[in-house]
Amino acid sequence: MFRPLRIFPEEPKFDFMKYHRIFAGISIVMIVASILLIGFKGLNFGIDFSGGILMEVRAPQAADIAQMRDDIADLGLGEIQLQEFGEPQDVLIRMQRQEGSEAEQAAAVAAVKEALGDEYEYRRTEFVGPKVGDELIVDAIWAMVLAIGGIMLYIWFRYEWQFAINAIVALIHDCLTTVGLFALLGLDFNLTTVAAVLTIAGYSVNDTVVIYDRIRTEMRRYKKMSMPDLLNLSLNRTLSRTVNTSGLTLLSVIALLIFGGDVLRNFSIALTWGMVIGVYSTIYVATPLLLYMNLRGVAARMAREAEAVPDTRP
Amino acid sequence: MLNFPRWKVITVVALCVFGILLAVPNVISRENVTWLPDWFPQRHLTLGLDLQGGSHLLMEVDVDSVFDARLEALVDGVRTEFRAAEIGYIELGVAGDAVQVKLRDPADAERARPILTELGLGMTLDIADDGTARMAFTDAEIARLKRDAIQRSIEIVRRRIDETGTREPTIQRQGDERILIQLPGVKDPERIKDLIGQTAKMDFRFIDMSLSPEQAEAGGLPPTAELLPSLQTNESGEPERWYVVNKRIIVSGENLTDAQATFQQNQPVVSFRFDSVGGKRFADATSQNIGKLFAIVLDGKVISAPVIQSAILGGSGIIEGGNMTVESANDLALLLRAGALPAPLTVLEERTVGADLGADSIAAGTEACLIGLALVIVMMVVLYGFFGIIANVALILNGILLLGLLSALEATLTLPGIAGIALTLGMAVDANVLIFERIREEMRNGRGPLSAVDSGYREAMSTIIDANLTTLISTLILFMFGSGPVKGFAVTLSLGIITSVFTAVVVSRMIVGLWLRRTRPQTLPL
Repeated sequence: MFRPLRIFPEEPKFDFMKYHRIFAGISIVMIVASILLIGFKGLNFGIDFSGGILMEVRAPQAADIAQMRDDIADLGLGEIQLQEFGEPQDVLIRMQRQEGSEAEQAAAVAAVKEALGDEYEYRRTEFVGPKVGDELIVDAIWAMVLAIGGIMLYIWFRYEWQFAINAIVALIHDCLTTVGLFALLGLDFNLTTVAAVLTIAGYSVNDTVVIYDRIRTEMRRYKKMSMPDLLNLSLNRTLSRTVNTSGLTLLSVIALLIFGGDVLRNFSIALTWGMVIGVYSTIYVATPLLLYMNLRGVAARMAREAEAVPDTRP
Repeated sequence: MLNFPRWKVITVVALCVFGILLAVPNVISRENVTWLPDWFPQRHLTLGLDLQGGSHLLMEVDVDSVFDARLEALVDGVRTEFRAAEIGYIELGVAGDAVQVKLRDPADAERARPILTELGLGMTLDIADDGTARMAFTDAEIARLKRDAIQRSIEIVRRRIDETGTREPTIQRQGDERILIQLPGVKDPERIKDLIGQTAKMDFRFIDMSLSPEQAEAGGLPPTAELLPSLQTNESGEPERWYVVNKRIIVSGENLTDAQATFQQNQPVVSFRFDSVGGKRFADATSQNIGKLFAIVLDGKVISAPVIQSAILGGSGIIEGGNMTVESANDLALLLRAGALPAPLTVLEERTVGADLGADSIAAGTEACLIGLALVIVMMVVLYGFFGIIANVALILNGILLLGLLSALEATLTLPGIAGIALTLGMAVDANVLIFERIREEMRNGRGPLSAVDSGYREAMSTIIDANLTTLISTLILFMFGSGPVKGFAVTLSLGIITSVFTAVVVSRMIVGLWLRRTRPQTLPL
């Protein structure tokens, strides 16, 4: 039987903690940049949240967007955005919500269909009214708050509060930079994006939990070791798992990004970013923060508990 | 812990076989599924509207209009009854969400009270000392009217949609005032939306011939009449002409028993039949008013205004005019058969996906899943050799079990749902990666194969549970708050997490255990 490939040596000895200040700087810059981008450039909210009309049309051959824009411009439907969507013949048309009743919305869709003509295939039509849009925003915010709260409770219940706070900082770091990326690239921010961000939240903590489990184990085993050394040891011992798991998940997410079709594109972009930033934040946000959390006290308490229940491991 | 009692092995194998059986119908076409024996699972995955194409409509029932109509009717009732009882009044009208009237003589209060009480069933009644009476809805009445309006709306919407021959529509109440309509595979959603969107309140009334529409517009409109446009429009979309129509209704659409589109002199028309009450009323009204005009009014627009040539006694008639086409005649007949909505419906949200886009999405999603699966399988073998193969068996089993479970639960598969499956495939191997890395470590610490494998599985367990539970928390919250496609994502991801823990921990552990017992290797190929 052949021997499997080993990416890392038996026991890697990277000194992760040596550079943690530099990476802390990078993280702070990313977070501040994300907040500024979201605050000033703003998110390109999809119709889920902003309300309006979205149509996906397919032209018989490569679409002439300028011509289409001219055809629609005279209809007096307000600001209209057209953009290529994946294939050269596919175009996404976005209109603001029309003044007046629902009939006005249907009339706008009909007017666009008439102006463009029959040779286009109308693949998708979505309309979200302002009432629903507002509700979806509230729902999305609630979902975010509850997810973060739920995860925080679970970690707090399973670990000491120091770990819980750090895991949440890492989680917020991941989610915030993902949203920041969407602001930076001007990608459509809609319901599926929120789903992606929540998935990232779950995944980010998943990764962090694995390392924290190990740190706790090693804290019990090496009571005298200095904190940076202990964190390095834990990171190195789980490194192979961290890289392999994230790598494998990244493979399937990238398959989704490349082959999953245009409707899923932004979703896949968010997830891809999330997988990468999740590993980064585990190593350089969640773990180094423990240095500042006075784990000595925690370690001492855990040592006392360990004495009460003797460790039977060799 | 690597010794498995026989019952355990049998249970696990039985669970897997059962899961596979649940998934089998998906590779057989729907037609052929009927050939399977009865005991065999036959459920397919339910595809979401974004995959099979179709329309999702969220409509709101305009309940306020029900209240308004009720108040207006009450005002009319008070006017008629007070006249009949010769009670003098002033300032009769709707004031906010109540009806108010002032008695000329406050002493009439005791005579007015029973009349008002009977008219305003389910309403509060206050008569002040100065003779001002006020009737407002009670909370119970408001709730009842709302419930009633939405129930009737759903009923009517269902009848209309059924009449169009749409296959398997879902029509359900959502919240207090909303109706969610899902129409899978609908080719022409615009027509259905049009049909659902019309109130289709039709009635027959007399035209007020005492004044012309122009005079009416100039301010001569009597309180008993209103100015209505024709349904027919000219080229610029304006109504062809206006009519002065009596408010009093001769016969309303509720008294129709049947309506059919047909032809008369090669023109599409709608023939209709009244019930006995309507037929009698119509006969009486027409026989007394020969030579006059009456109007057929649909949702505040006049379809046509024919002259009454003779008494119409047969209880049936035809509607013509209004530029009727074969299609619009069909639609009008359908609407009349199904009945009028108690209140107008407005579209709050619409999502329509063409069948082609849905098919493209399925193709792209499946391709992405298979490619992702292939990549993960190859990498697992490269990284973990023989153990990687075992993990792959567990992974493929996981995929099949997930499909089986989704089919059995009749969960709806959406495009983000497919993404959830792809993501699950990557995350499913995580448990095995954790275990294998742990086994490697135990081997480095000098343990023998059996003991290394045993403690590898044991030690990794709490980490696996922690890691999967946190992901499960966020997917469950997504399930609670997400709608439509996003909910589909939460479903596949959370079910995938559950099946993956089962296959990656229970199944792979059993395979490894059985293999170890059989071969008793000196070293592990890991």
